[in-house]
Amino acid sequence: MSDTVDRVRARLGDNANVWLVPAVILLGILYPFVEEGLQNLPLIGDFMPTTGTLVVMIAFTMMAVGLNIVVGYCGLLDLGYVAFYAVGAYTAGWLASQHFEQVTFHFGSSVDNGLVGIHVTMWVVLIVAGLLTMLAGIVIGLPTLRLRGDYLAIVTLGFGEIIPQVVRNGDSFGGFNLTNGTFGIAPIDPVGFPVLSAIGFFPENFQTSDNRERWYYMIAFLLLLFTIFCSVRLRDSRLGRAWIAIREDETAAAAMGVPLMRTKTWSYALGAFFGGIAGAYYASFKSGAFPADFYFNVSVFLLCMVILGGMGSIWGVTVGGMILAYLNFSGLSTIGSKIQDAGIDFDPTKYQFGIYGIIIVLMMLFRPAGLIPERRHKIELEEGVHDTPFYDVQTEGALTDRNPADD
Amino acid sequence: MSEDPNLLVATKVRKEFGGLLASDDIDFTIPRGSIVALIGPNGAGKTTFFNQLTGVYKPTSGSIVFDGTEVVNMPPHAITALGIGRTFQNIRLFSQMSALENVLVGMHCRLRSGILGAILRPGRVKREEAESRDRARELLVYCGLPRRHNERSSSLPYGDQRRLEVARALATDPKLLLLDEPTAGMNPQESADFTAFVRRVRDEKGLAVLLIEHDMKVVMGVSERITVLEYGAKIAEGVPEEIQSDERVIEAYLGKGAVA
Repeated sequence: MSDTVDRVRARLGDNANVWLVPAVILLGILYPFVEEGLQNLPLIGDFMPTTGTLVVMIAFTMMAVGLNIVVGYCGLLDLGYVAFYAVGAYTAGWLASQHFEQVTFHFGSSVDNGLVGIHVTMWVVLIVAGLLTMLAGIVIGLPTLRLRGDYLAIVTLGFGEIIPQVVRNGDSFGGFNLTNGTFGIAPIDPVGFPVLSAIGFFPENFQTSDNRERWYYMIAFLLLLFTIFCSVRLRDSRLGRAWIAIREDETAAAAMGVPLMRTKTWSYALGAFFGGIAGAYYASFKSGAFPADFYFNVSVFLLCMVILGGMGSIWGVTVGGMILAYLNFSGLSTIGSKIQDAGIDFDPTKYQFGIYGIIIVLMMLFRPAGLIPERRHKIELEEGVHDTPFYDVQTEGALTDRNPADD
Repeated sequence: MSEDPNLLVATKVRKEFGGLLASDDIDFTIPRGSIVALIGPNGAGKTTFFNQLTGVYKPTSGSIVFDGTEVVNMPPHAITALGIGRTFQNIRLFSQMSALENVLVGMHCRLRSGILGAILRPGRVKREEAESRDRARELLVYCGLPRRHNERSSSLPYGDQRRLEVARALATDPKLLLLDEPTAGMNPQESADFTAFVRRVRDEKGLAVLLIEHDMKVVMGVSERITVLEYGAKIAEGVPEEIQSDERVIEAYLGKGAVA
């Protein structure tokens, strides 16, 4: 009996409500089609994000879900996640743009065959970007994951600065232009369906199709679902248990046969993997990889999403990510214009990080486990610690079987 | 290879922390299938010695051979995989995880599914998960935890947490079980139950047990051989009767005047 309950619970993951997930997915798919209607609504219409904004929101949420594997599951504070975003974006830049004009190589690309440079179809680029970022995660992870707690955070902070710095100044590695320096790499090829387009409906190239935003949104939405799916599956696996065990007590985990280095490195590598895919996809959407995008504040921004949503809680991080990304890319400016309309001279976009800071402070004070706390944290906070009372209330005065030495 | 009658042989194990000598060339053996105890006053270096057996500390010099393998330079998880399971003096459960999950973590090194297995979850992995869950439940029941398997481990009563630690250690499928003060905080009845339980585990699972213990009733009742440490050095070794009458031991515990 309890086994069935277990199985059902495992299948549902964080959700007690079976219908919530399919409903959200359905709404997600329908959104671009009802977008205009929603935007014409009185009062709230102006606050509805455009489909294009949603693509950006989803890309950042994907990164937050990836970061959650590192910070939320394994308990490793990573302050340099922006490095993985950068590696992903530049992989797209290298494999799908005119950057390497020395060669002309096309593989299922959605752009004109005559263009110089390497042009690999974005589908392959996404996979390669994920794998390359994973490799970057392992390379960064191996020397640093031996450190504990604060020390690890400081070293990741360092790497988060090193990689963007290299990218900014990578226009001449011994004369070889790797990253095109401060100008970045642009344009990056759009996503498309070079093979499927033969049967119609599917555009060969999102950029030139009638519904650029809508197509980008649909694929982004699928990528996010894929990330969440993997993340849930990993959490409920042998590896996920090992991550959480390390988070809870590293020494005990090692004594139970969990190889610390390997397990931590995997959390780093897998967290990086999704960041790389998101970075590459976003680079394709905005058609460029620019070094100005890879500053430390992105790492902090992503970490804020994880904290706001609830460390370790996939659904929480997804919601937290969408909320913060929405505020950052559209919400605050909408609110700002409303305030201006009301005749008050105040622009909240100028104070964006201050506002996120206030949100984090308030969260820590009033809801430390996040918007949707991880199941484990939730149990702790709601039920408190189970305790047998010293005295049996019914038979007044009689001692219960509780042993005073246990306290 | 003919089987060595000793499961573990430690030779001249020495551990220095700066100027402090925590293990002073300790020689120590654990015969297969035996229950042996390590006793000594507080600060005698018992837990330090334990930590060297399990790879948490690396000895300054000396050798520890477990079941034919030198383990001195091995990381803790590899030593666990070889077959040394342990509990901790101050309970170290994974407090946010359920009792069942705690035991499942203990099985980590005996399970095989990897990352792709976790994501794709093919039949092989599903079967492995289901089997390990069944086995974990059995172990919990075996260790005296018939209920509350899905409850967060830190919400269990103290005695159950101790039992859970043993269940988790047994989940690693050990040949040698190390118990660090397992009856600390238990009342006499619980201690007696626990003593019987340790003997039962040894008999039924065919493993050797090394325990650190302060409760002399438990120590004398359950162990076949006792080693006494003081200031990091071994001062006595023998069967319980010998230890009880050993002058140096009495002196170490009660002070010099007590012998006369």
